[in-house]
Amino acid sequence: MQAFTQHDGLVVPIDRSDIDTDQLVPKQFLKRVERSGFGKFLFFDWRYLNDDYDENPEFELNRPEYRNATILLARHNFGCGSSREHAPWAIADYGFRVILASSYADIFYNNSFKNGYLPITLSEEQIDMLFQREKQFRPYTLCVDLVAKTIKDQHGLSLTFELDDFRRDCLLNGWDDVGLTLRFEDKIAEYEKEHGIA
Amino acid sequence: MSNQDSSKPKTMYDKIWENHLVYQAPGDDSVILYIDQLLCHEVTSPQAFEGLRLAGRKPRHPERVMAVQDHDVPTTDRDKPIEDPIARKQVETLRANCKEFGITLYDLNDVEQGVIHVVAPEQGHVKPGMTLTCGDSHTATHGAFGVMAMGTGTSEVEHVLATQTLRQKKMKSMRITINGKLGEGVTAKDLILYVINQLSTSGGAGYAVEFAGEAIRSLSMEGRMTVCNMAIEMGARVGMIAPDETTFEYLRGRKHMPSGVAFEEAVAQWKRLASDPDAVFDKEVVFDAADIAPRVTWGTNPAQSVEVTATIPSPESFDNVEDQKMAKNALAYMDLQAGVPMTDVKLDWVFIGSCTNGRIEDFRAAARVLKGYKIADGLRAIAVPGSGIVKRQAEEEGLDKIFTAAGFEWREPGCSMCLAMNPDRLQPGERCAGTSNRNFEGRMGKGGRTHLVSPAMAAAAAVMGRFVDIREWKYL
Repeated sequence: MQAFTQHDGLVVPIDRSDIDTDQLVPKQFLKRVERSGFGKFLFFDWRYLNDDYDENPEFELNRPEYRNATILLARHNFGCGSSREHAPWAIADYGFRVILASSYADIFYNNSFKNGYLPITLSEEQIDMLFQREKQFRPYTLCVDLVAKTIKDQHGLSLTFELDDFRRDCLLNGWDDVGLTLRFEDKIAEYEKEHGIA
Repeated sequence: MSNQDSSKPKTMYDKIWENHLVYQAPGDDSVILYIDQLLCHEVTSPQAFEGLRLAGRKPRHPERVMAVQDHDVPTTDRDKPIEDPIARKQVETLRANCKEFGITLYDLNDVEQGVIHVVAPEQGHVKPGMTLTCGDSHTATHGAFGVMAMGTGTSEVEHVLATQTLRQKKMKSMRITINGKLGEGVTAKDLILYVINQLSTSGGAGYAVEFAGEAIRSLSMEGRMTVCNMAIEMGARVGMIAPDETTFEYLRGRKHMPSGVAFEEAVAQWKRLASDPDAVFDKEVVFDAADIAPRVTWGTNPAQSVEVTATIPSPESFDNVEDQKMAKNALAYMDLQAGVPMTDVKLDWVFIGSCTNGRIEDFRAAARVLKGYKIADGLRAIAVPGSGIVKRQAEEEGLDKIFTAAGFEWREPGCSMCLAMNPDRLQPGERCAGTSNRNFEGRMGKGGRTHLVSPAMAAAAAVMGRFVDIREWKYL
């Protein structure tokens, strides 16, 4: 997994709650057996006018000022619905490194940490303020520091965020989950022995 | 674990959690949790198997994994190869992976094939007290048996394959009690749509939910699975119901279940799983079954539902700005006007099936409504059994004849129109009453509009071409 320590990037605001994983990657793209190349399907139904990938000029990701955005700003319950990890694969492959929202669906949140980008949870007031500041200071960039757990803009704003130590360590080091767990292979074997699992 | 206080009253979730603790590092709030059973389907597993291969790993316990092809598969012409080459490759990839790693697969043309959350309990792979995962958000279905069952992404499918464990942080606990009896015509589907409506799409986020109370206890296993299936639609990864005689009756004699004395011994164990009477939940919610009526969703998330006798709500009727905005977007997408009676909404399609409502009881309920009727002119209706076993049972009872006589198409098992990965899908602008679980934008096909209802409500809607209150239905 790609490690994450610090990221400076442009913010794109998508002012919606309950953005579900069907919107992040619609079902027709789930048939692939690969893990890569999902970025072009991200937000497919909102982003394109048709199946020929003609862009919808209204949609935020297509607007010239947001072309190079790497930080996605949204509202609550981001990533609800299906457990498809194709959604995190698409977000990472598109080039997003940070998501800012006031809450996430549990499965999506969990899947995100396997894919090298950082979903940050802020209060609704803070998210509201970031939407305001994005309007005010466009193009709006943020500096996200996972070591210090801070978010700063170039206009004096400085916020801190919370993240549990285990997930933070994994992201900072780009650790592979399976490899980490297999360090405790003896504990698994012990559990299996105790429970008669051969 | 030595730091557990054995005298403290426990919830069912506490008990299952403690029974599966493999290791907790000092000072770490996430643990390594043993996973008894893994379910796989063709869409969320290929990259997990590939990950194993790339790392030179093998499944730790292939005998604790079962697989089925359900999401992509056509529900007609099963004797022919799958037309869509990408879907065909995915189906074949699962077959090859199962063969390579020695995993039980209910293959496309086996009679046991079907939707994974219908097949797994039907074949007796699901036992009370288990931990179970699947790369599918509707995995909480199996919580109906007193199982800690939850959906994961593909990375965690790989993690379970490789280690038979998951790293987990304990969730908070919530008990949702529904007192009293459901009225005539009110089903498990209406109950869960009501609960989601009351608690919102994120009301269960961060919680392992236990459903309790008389209305839950009175449900069949099919009904209980419908309830737990949709726990994720209020954000809860885990939704469970304590096992009781109804559970044991369903399980007795199934394949992969212990039999004879061993089964009775297992039952004695399973009876101890229920939450202790004085167990404390982080959150308690209580509803009265008498407040629940047949429901229909009007919007683009499963919380946006009303009683069938109500009118479509106006965005202004919601308290906060965010809900108002969501309602406005939803009405625009659904092409609905506030103030119009739900029963005036006309339909193009009816879909009966899915992991939510694709079991024998669902087809019995729908057939009871359809008997002697024909579906409305111009409407298209499909009945898609949840498994080959459900299909066979329905045919033995003559239900298929009732469906086809009414004008329904009687299909082969699969996920079908619920997520429209196969050819069963809406055209832009078409409107469907479905017994499935999600009414998201485009869920049944780009531009398609979905209304979630119970099987009986879907059947009645097919006959009338619009929604009707099932409590006023004239059964022939």
